Amino acid sequence: MRLLNASGCLDALTAPAVAAELDAFVTKTVTPLPRGGNEPVRIAETEVGMLNAIGLANPGIDGFLHQMLPRLAGLTVWVSVGGFSVREYAELCERLEGEEIAAIELNLSCPNVDEVPSGVGEVVAAARALTTKPLYAKLAPAADVAENAKAAEAAGADGLSLVNTVKGMALDERTLRPVLARGAGGLSGPALRPLALAAVFAAYEATRLPIVGMGGVASGRDALELLAAGASDIALGTILFSDPAAPTRIRAELEAELAAHGFADPDNAVGAAHEPEASTLDPKSRVGRKKSLHTRANVVG
Amino acid sequence: MLTRRALRVAGSEAVGPYTLLRVERGELDPGIPGQFFMLEAPGRLLPRPMSLCLATAAELGFLIDPIGHGTRALCTLAAGETLRILGPLGNGFRLDVERPLLVGGGIGIAPLPYLSERLGGPPALLGFRSAWHAEAAALVPNAEVVVEPTYVTELLPPGHDVLACGPAPMLEAVRSLTTNAQLAWEAPMACGYGACYGCAVEIDGELKRLCVEGPVLAAA
Repeated sequence: MRLLNASGCLDALTAPAVAAELDAFVTKTVTPLPRGGNEPVRIAETEVGMLNAIGLANPGIDGFLHQMLPRLAGLTVWVSVGGFSVREYAELCERLEGEEIAAIELNLSCPNVDEVPSGVGEVVAAARALTTKPLYAKLAPAADVAENAKAAEAAGADGLSLVNTVKGMALDERTLRPVLARGAGGLSGPALRPLALAAVFAAYEATRLPIVGMGGVASGRDALELLAAGASDIALGTILFSDPAAPTRIRAELEAELAAHGFADPDNAVGAAHEPEASTLDPKSRVGRKKSLHTRANVVG
Repeated sequence: MLTRRALRVAGSEAVGPYTLLRVERGELDPGIPGQFFMLEAPGRLLPRPMSLCLATAAELGFLIDPIGHGTRALCTLAAGETLRILGPLGNGFRLDVERPLLVGGGIGIAPLPYLSERLGGPPALLGFRSAWHAEAAALVPNAEVVVEPTYVTELLPPGHDVLACGPAPMLEAVRSLTTNAQLAWEAPMACGYGACYGCAVEIDGELKRLCVEGPVLAAA
């Protein structure tokens, strides 16, 4: 298992010590041309998560290759790329082909730009044709995540990054107007956790692709659950904002969680949620469990 | 190193409508006046950026305006509770100025007591919304105080090196009246160390991260 940051949740140039604690650093999404990003206000806190509408602020592929990438030497770098057409995604991958990077993540699900890319399969296929780098498709936790995961696999993706944020909104306490200048933004943090679990679970069943699980991971327990749902790597997002020491803390917590559940290492836990419970193999205990569930349902009803 | 420190809350007092939250200093570096700290807000997902108001040998003080969920939660902290703090972060005021004049508006006076101490008690000009808010002026030595409808910019004397913190309209007005001011701005921040890109403000015609470039910026 590798521990990464979620794209857009860490700048290795302003926080090299945090990036050094990760197994790989994932860049903020790089687009063909430089983007200043959205006007402020760009972030808001809600009771269940954080909203952001940064708008893919980045120096563009030229600025990235000439000014940023050379300064990331020594790190294992995954480059997140975002285009506004199939051709742009493919060209970004082509520009990265000769560079010292470990993987490319296709950001196919940014909620903060208007231009909607084409189908997942089409983008992955075009990118695949122009890169030999490991290619990960980053998807939103939408209802069709299994279909998109299959499309990415069929088109030649090497892995999946699950999940991106989902669109949300917060209103100002006094004015009742949207807090974010853009209105809506991407919801991250604890609210994403169950959505990420469901998406990872579905994609694990639908494909054979390795999955980088992310979405609200704030503890070793959260990481363990994503592994159990089917992720083989974990990425940290919003938790990095409040706790820059989260990589070290979560690694230690995960180690304790794995030991408590009898897993020798993280890889043994991958997909555990898809297997029958060990205790249910005993017919007697299965009967007992069903009965207790039935009783609880009656109480609730 | 970006590691939060857990500090013990020493106490808190009302200062007009604001709260002065005091924590035991421990090993925490108070930094340069105008730098800021991310304070864990009890029960909230994200910490809140606060500049340091007071630094004694034993304690650090933060002046907080309880205007939202996070700031209200911080103001409820009681002596003996633990507060996790990250910092100092960002760029503070340049202290190598010849004729300093501190200018503050409202909760923007927060960094001025510590700044005043480091500069040896220079003159200050403070503006507030009401006499109640102006009670906070007692934290700043040598201060001339005005209350709305009078604004600090109406009394700004020429020939000083202005170091200012306050609402954006006040800072814009100070910028238009001076040539060499240092202005401390604010913006919503999730992280305070360049990761979230939430605190973007227009600097030299481009949207840049205030936590990385500022929060103190030259007026030019």
